[in-house]
Amino acid sequence: MINISLAQIKPSLGNIAKNAEIHFKHIEDAIKKNQDLIAFPELSLSGYNLRDLVYDVALNEESNIIQRLKEYSKEISIVAGFVYEDNRHLFYNSCGYFESGKIVHLHKKVFLPNYTMFEESRYFAAGNNFKAFDTKYFKCGMLICEDALHLSSILTLSRQNVDTIFVVSNSPARGIFEDSFYPKELWYNTLKYIATNLTVNVVFVNRVGVEEGVTFWGGSTAFSPFGKSIIELKLFDEQVKDITFDRKEIRRARIHSPFFRDEDFKMVKKFVEDFGDSNEH
Amino acid sequence: MNINPEIVTKILCDFIKDEVEKIGLKNVVVGLSGGIDSALSATLATKALGRERVHLYYLPYKTSSSQSREDAQAVADYLKVNLEEVEITNFVEPYFNTQNGMSKLRKGNVMARMRMIVLFDKSAEVGGMVLGTSNKTELLLGYGTWYGDLASAINPIGDLYKTQVWKLSEYLEIPTQVITKKPTADLWEGQTDENELGFSYQQVDKLLFKMIDERYSTEELIQEGFDENFINSIAERIRKNQFKRQLPVIAKISLRTIDRDFRYSRDWGY
Repeated sequence: MINISLAQIKPSLGNIAKNAEIHFKHIEDAIKKNQDLIAFPELSLSGYNLRDLVYDVALNEESNIIQRLKEYSKEISIVAGFVYEDNRHLFYNSCGYFESGKIVHLHKKVFLPNYTMFEESRYFAAGNNFKAFDTKYFKCGMLICEDALHLSSILTLSRQNVDTIFVVSNSPARGIFEDSFYPKELWYNTLKYIATNLTVNVVFVNRVGVEEGVTFWGGSTAFSPFGKSIIELKLFDEQVKDITFDRKEIRRARIHSPFFRDEDFKMVKKFVEDFGDSNEH
Repeated sequence: MNINPEIVTKILCDFIKDEVEKIGLKNVVVGLSGGIDSALSATLATKALGRERVHLYYLPYKTSSSQSREDAQAVADYLKVNLEEVEITNFVEPYFNTQNGMSKLRKGNVMARMRMIVLFDKSAEVGGMVLGTSNKTELLLGYGTWYGDLASAINPIGDLYKTQVWKLSEYLEIPTQVITKKPTADLWEGQTDENELGFSYQQVDKLLFKMIDERYSTEELIQEGFDENFINSIAERIRKNQFKRQLPVIAKISLRTIDRDFRYSRDWGY
């Protein structure tokens, strides 16, 4: 049994010291409760609509806040989002998995939305892979918001035998109609599909709060490998909630629904070889 | 076009509370005209912050209709918030008297800007933010006075069409007399928005929603049954009024020009 805290927080835009304190407080609370892992949303240490602040809030392995998170990770595993600056001074929308005193995996967002209200690729360099990684508890995959809406991300993660996928997000509330709340429908359908059809655990942590008139809707959730919703955090309000994953659930789901066993990656390989990798067909 | 009033109310109330409190203020200031837009802004603010933190002002000119005063008072009574009246006649008349043959439009603009001056002054008095009362229909059509009623610190209703303003107002149980009255800027006697604009809000909102939100092309709009001249005149209005929806344009000289390559969100550091 693995105990996970979902920390649906409200980061302050560009105020990295204040956001770090929010993280440390929730981490300490989770340690007191004997949780195994705590997950924060996308860009949890910096806020979202950064624009030119991207360069001021960027962190690397040596930054004090990252050191503190590494220290805490000796007691609890941590998923947290921040702007990562590499040694070539490229800036990434990133999410770190901290465990046993180190960053076990740093995912750099691959799909940077740059349409309608989004302008991420103006500021960020794009990551170029979805790499599975081993942790104390799971074989994990990490997706940052838009990443999860692409077939290639879940296909490649599944091929690497992940059993648990963390989706961290800054999803804005937009398109609120009488009979549908567009972002919630989009996300819950997507997450449920990933959990059910890859037969994996899915954890989704989305932020709340308002930036520049844009409201982030929260509603963090988790799905079992059967696609069952385990929890739904509040819409729009800060909340921390705990869930428990049972490792045996993956086994049961894969016996019940052996989609993973029957996937045919040879066919995919052949398809790409025959058809090319261009979008132009 | 139909919105979920419960979710929209939650988002707009959170927006008001968040924007006001994150910069360290407590209060908001709203000018009530007697119309539905300002009534909705005031109602959302009261729901978000509580009645003690909302400051309402009725700012008539000598020709303002007595109905406007009654309707503004009805909204204040409904919200149980004190309504202060500041008549602007004596502030604007001295200026009018120095000018020959001022058009109704010029006078109306001066009045709207005078009200803006009073509201921003009151915001300094009470330590509050001036709440905007322009809806999406007006903003798109440019039906408002630049640096007058279009000026505010934050605008909770600027992404709601007039039709949606009515619907949300019904949900929030704003007094019916304010919802059902004919919209008017009340800048001169007998003025109504729909007479001045030449079409009804219902009509234009249907078009705007398809044109703006759903990105229908002119051909598609004609197929949907909209009149071609109506479509073109509205599209032209939207285009011509783009300047009212922006900061003044700055001539570029340096490497980093404000708002062009010096880009920060307004909530920077909050």
